[in-house]
Amino acid sequence: MAAPTFSAITLHVNGEKHTLTVDHRTTLLDALRERLDLTGTKKGCDQGQCGACTVLVDGRRTVSCLQLAVAAEDREITTVEGIADGERLHPVQQAFLDLDGFQCGYCTPGQICSAVAVLREHAAGWPSAATADVRPEAGPPPLTDEEIRERMSGNLCRCGAYVSIVQAVARAAASGQQAEEAAA
Amino acid sequence: MTTTPELRQAVGTAHTRVEGRDKVTGAARYAADHPFTELAHGWLVLSTVGRGRIRAVDTGPVLAMPGVLTVLHHGNAPRIRGDFVTMLGVPPEPTSVLFQHDRVPHAGWPVALVVAETPEQAREAAEALVVHYDEEPPDLDFRADRGDARPVDGHLPAVAEKGDLEAELAASAVVVDAEYTTPEEHHHPMEPHAAAARWEDGRLEVLDSNQGSTWVVSVLAQMFSLDPGAVRVRSEHVGGGFGSKGVRAHQVAAAMAATVLRRPVRVVMTRRQMFSLAGHRSPTVQRVRLGADAEGRLRALEHRCLNPTSTVQDFVEPGAAPARVMYDAAAHHTANLVVALNRPTPTWMRAPGEAPGSFALESALDELAEQCGLDPIELRARNEPTHGPVSGLPFSGRNLLACFREGARRFGWAERDPRPGRRRDGRWLLGTGTAAASFPAGAGPSTAAVTAEADGTFTVRIGAADIGTGARTAITLVAADALRTTPERVRVRIGDSDFGPAMIAGGSTGTRSWAWAVRAAAAELRERLVPGATIPPQGITARSDTTEAVGALAAAERHSFGAQFAEVAVDTATGEVRVRRMLGIFAAGRIVNPLTARSQFLGGMVWGISMALHEEAVRDPSSGVPVGADLAGYHVATHADVPLLEADWIDDPDPDDPVGIKGIGEVGIVGAAAAVANAVWHATGVRHRDLPIRPDRVLRAAAEARHA
Amino acid sequence: MREFAYQRARDVAGAVALLGADPHAAFLGGGTNLVDLMKTGVERPARLVDIRELPLDTVESTPEGGLRIGATVTNGDLAAHPEVRRRYPALAQAVLAGASGQLRNMATVGGNLLQRTRCGYFTDVTQPCNKRLPGSGCPALTGEHRNHAVLGASEHCVAVHPSDMAVALTAFDAVVHYETADGRGELPLADLYLPVGDTPHRETALPAGALITGVTLPPAPVAAHSRYRKVRERASYAFALGSVAAALDVRDGVVHDVRLALGAVASRPWRARAAERRLAGAPAGADTFAAAADAELAAARPLPHNGYKVTLMRNLLVAVLTELAEEAAR
Repeated sequence: MAAPTFSAITLHVNGEKHTLTVDHRTTLLDALRERLDLTGTKKGCDQGQCGACTVLVDGRRTVSCLQLAVAAEDREITTVEGIADGERLHPVQQAFLDLDGFQCGYCTPGQICSAVAVLREHAAGWPSAATADVRPEAGPPPLTDEEIRERMSGNLCRCGAYVSIVQAVARAAASGQQAEEAAA
Repeated sequence: MTTTPELRQAVGTAHTRVEGRDKVTGAARYAADHPFTELAHGWLVLSTVGRGRIRAVDTGPVLAMPGVLTVLHHGNAPRIRGDFVTMLGVPPEPTSVLFQHDRVPHAGWPVALVVAETPEQAREAAEALVVHYDEEPPDLDFRADRGDARPVDGHLPAVAEKGDLEAELAASAVVVDAEYTTPEEHHHPMEPHAAAARWEDGRLEVLDSNQGSTWVVSVLAQMFSLDPGAVRVRSEHVGGGFGSKGVRAHQVAAAMAATVLRRPVRVVMTRRQMFSLAGHRSPTVQRVRLGADAEGRLRALEHRCLNPTSTVQDFVEPGAAPARVMYDAAAHHTANLVVALNRPTPTWMRAPGEAPGSFALESALDELAEQCGLDPIELRARNEPTHGPVSGLPFSGRNLLACFREGARRFGWAERDPRPGRRRDGRWLLGTGTAAASFPAGAGPSTAAVTAEADGTFTVRIGAADIGTGARTAITLVAADALRTTPERVRVRIGDSDFGPAMIAGGSTGTRSWAWAVRAAAAELRERLVPGATIPPQGITARSDTTEAVGALAAAERHSFGAQFAEVAVDTATGEVRVRRMLGIFAAGRIVNPLTARSQFLGGMVWGISMALHEEAVRDPSSGVPVGADLAGYHVATHADVPLLEADWIDDPDPDDPVGIKGIGEVGIVGAAAAVANAVWHATGVRHRDLPIRPDRVLRAAAEARHA
Repeated sequence: MREFAYQRARDVAGAVALLGADPHAAFLGGGTNLVDLMKTGVERPARLVDIRELPLDTVESTPEGGLRIGATVTNGDLAAHPEVRRRYPALAQAVLAGASGQLRNMATVGGNLLQRTRCGYFTDVTQPCNKRLPGSGCPALTGEHRNHAVLGASEHCVAVHPSDMAVALTAFDAVVHYETADGRGELPLADLYLPVGDTPHRETALPAGALITGVTLPPAPVAAHSRYRKVRERASYAFALGSVAAALDVRDGVVHDVRLALGAVASRPWRARAAERRLAGAPAGADTFAAAADAELAAARPLPHNGYKVTLMRNLLVAVLTELAEEAAR
């Protein structure tokens, strides 16, 4: 007998549990969009080459088009619909809005999820290809515009909103730092 | 109607996008984001051969696969019409007239549509479909000396000639004679082409991603021989277009399948399919000959642009067009030619004609400046025409030199050492370059409706499309001023063919055309509103139609202008080129919303960087199949390629437009690639006349320079 | 993409057993390459054995002073690991030069080594390709080959290996550990990839059904002075046109130890042994570096449109060695 090509799974998305039966071929991207009606996550290339489908899986940014839904079971998934705090926009979202960090808006959910993760990765001390000295002794690299550009390069924007996106990420980083300092 | 005496003018004031919150929260729904019960999924199958005929389509095995509902192909598809001219004055795009014959004029020609219950099933079945072809060898040989090249009138006459070219060249003190090439480029909006079609109450409803629902609805109605009122097309949010989102195979496929199956069908192009079905900018080979006197004044100007088109439709990329606007000469010859090959039909892509044409012309000007020992800006100042060089018509505002003056001041141009190869920063050679930009300013007829609602707000309805331009917000600001209210009290609804005919988002004419109609309807509404009177529950609506007003515009040379400045770094050991900074100063009519306008200009400049350094689609020389047909193979600029760019503008309201708008969507890319290429010359002393300026080309140039 | 069965493995032995039970099964790691290739029809497994939950996700110091890297460690975690950055900075740089932040969070070390070429003919199932369909031909030879191999290729295939990580691992003499139903085994990374010859479809020397469980880096003090440089057609998020992983130890002006590997020039990461031999014991300087590069590239056999790679690799080698030597002198 042929092995089953579909499975009943539970997806944890934006703090909610969803039980569904998926074709094994279904990507997390398609499951979010076609099954859970979470269409904020966009399909730009379906091949991991544009970043429009970026979501957070267990807090890490991933491209949901190359993530099989069946393999995402039991992981905590955050999509653009789960980034804001209720009606209050996340500082990254607010900065994108205020600084016009988008035009057509199609890459925007991916850019925003990616930017949220970039701030976390940077806070965790991760280096990037723009980091001159990757040795831990060199200390965490300052989040310069060049660092932001390199770290955000997995998110293509065909409208060419890069300048404003970088400014938005920098502003969100600064506001996050201020909030941290205020809390300290 | 309430009016606030201290009301601030909205036009000219920065305003975040009215749909911005929806876009940053993921709430904005695009064409493929709408759920339907019973939705079926269509997957297009494209030809794998470069030319030939379809002998057979083996539908049997595929129809037996799980979930497969139908396979449409030339043998069973409903008959549709393709023998008409659309509102843009051209026949329908050949690949959109689906499945009407067995001929395959190029690789990637749509040969079948597989429809299934789920996208996974449709994809597997489409991959499994076997199509038998009788193959013929394709003609793919694009080169400058094709004997069958012929002039073709597009939106402009193919050929414009005055004066004795050879005599003026012979009499010139300085002559530049150079060939420039640009590659096949693709729009690649981030949102792939997508459409969902269904029949609802006797009407064909299409949720689509397009640049003009009026355009799409009229083409679909004619194709399917339906009354225009029996078709409705909506596209509330559009994930970029750049010229590619007209009527293409996906809408027709979805409509065809929905008609056959009598249930909703969605068809989305894959990124790979977009290389064949979504249109592209044709490659060009351009020859520019300039002759000037010792002071750099042009005596002769020739610009010939050749592009390949398909064997099934002529499309001309009018690269010689900018010369007709920019510079005069006693002998002035321009020609746009095509040669028909077994390639997909090209189409308009952001600044068609001007983008590739300005690369050649503005590079040639830089070469002339070098040979004359003149500053490139001074050379342009000496050749600033008073009237249209070909038309003889007056310019309706030509602030090009003002752009150069402001740009030069802000960029620090005066400190530039004109000699190439003088500045170095570590392994990088540094250089700066400049180029001029222009793009026609136009308007098209539109209708609009403005309603005063009982609650004191206003609703604007217009068949506009916001493909990322900020049009929805710009219309809001224009309407607010015309209604003497605040933008917060105006709601703009767009992207619906039921709102009446309107201009497309194309040719930098959208916002101007729509603003004109909205302003007229708003003015009419204000006249009809009696102060103090109650507004009925259904509101009071005024309508406008600008056909007459737009048609009454006097003939003139109407253009936006700009000056582009770039600084690049070149490592001649590795061939890497990086843009370090860029500045564009534009004279492009009244700027309605400075926040989004800046984004538009910057976006165009990013396209210029991308065109200069990265973009190039490659086809297999024997089959014509695109190679590396994905976004890892076709490089568009990403974050790391784009430094801090600056765009700004000078006051330049159009005297003949009710709002003063000219249009800003395209001028930002024009001249940008030339500015980068000219900067690469300044950095290295080597001219790059072929785009993109790839590492291998820089390395070869460096090797040749060493051996020279 | 055709239908397939899916199972999650909980331990290594189980994973190997699941794979062995189905001749058309494949391991699923991060999926960044496999899922893409399944979508394009290049890979058509009937069963996926998901190995992401195997306990192979740690980076540990070996008693000898090297590192043992688990096969399911993600590229992102590897590049962020303090010991990798301290002892093998070029490895961290190589990983960071590859793909994007998102893909690095998904991709795993084992999968990275086994990723397939990005040749445009290989990834298009409508085209001939000897690697994908043995005997069907290689259109790249007369077609598009600007980013194809200049070293170690054959008339049957000129595709290049796309990994950045593997270039640095090759330079540092990494050893690949694997497990099959018959037990454990290991291979020097340099021997993992088979010569192209007339069998380009046979890519690795791993036994059938083997699961890569990890990679060991032997101790290499020279690696603390290392660098990865990559040249590509845009500044980020693109595969290499050419890359160099280099480590250099200069004492009293003489090359005491050196490791060199080249990327995007061959069907595998290319250990530059000839250049290393030329450098060993020689005075550290531009002439030596150029001679070493020439020694390595003497074997290059470029095609009509990729000859620039020879120039590029020569210049890159000299540039990176010069930088490392200058830093050592400071």
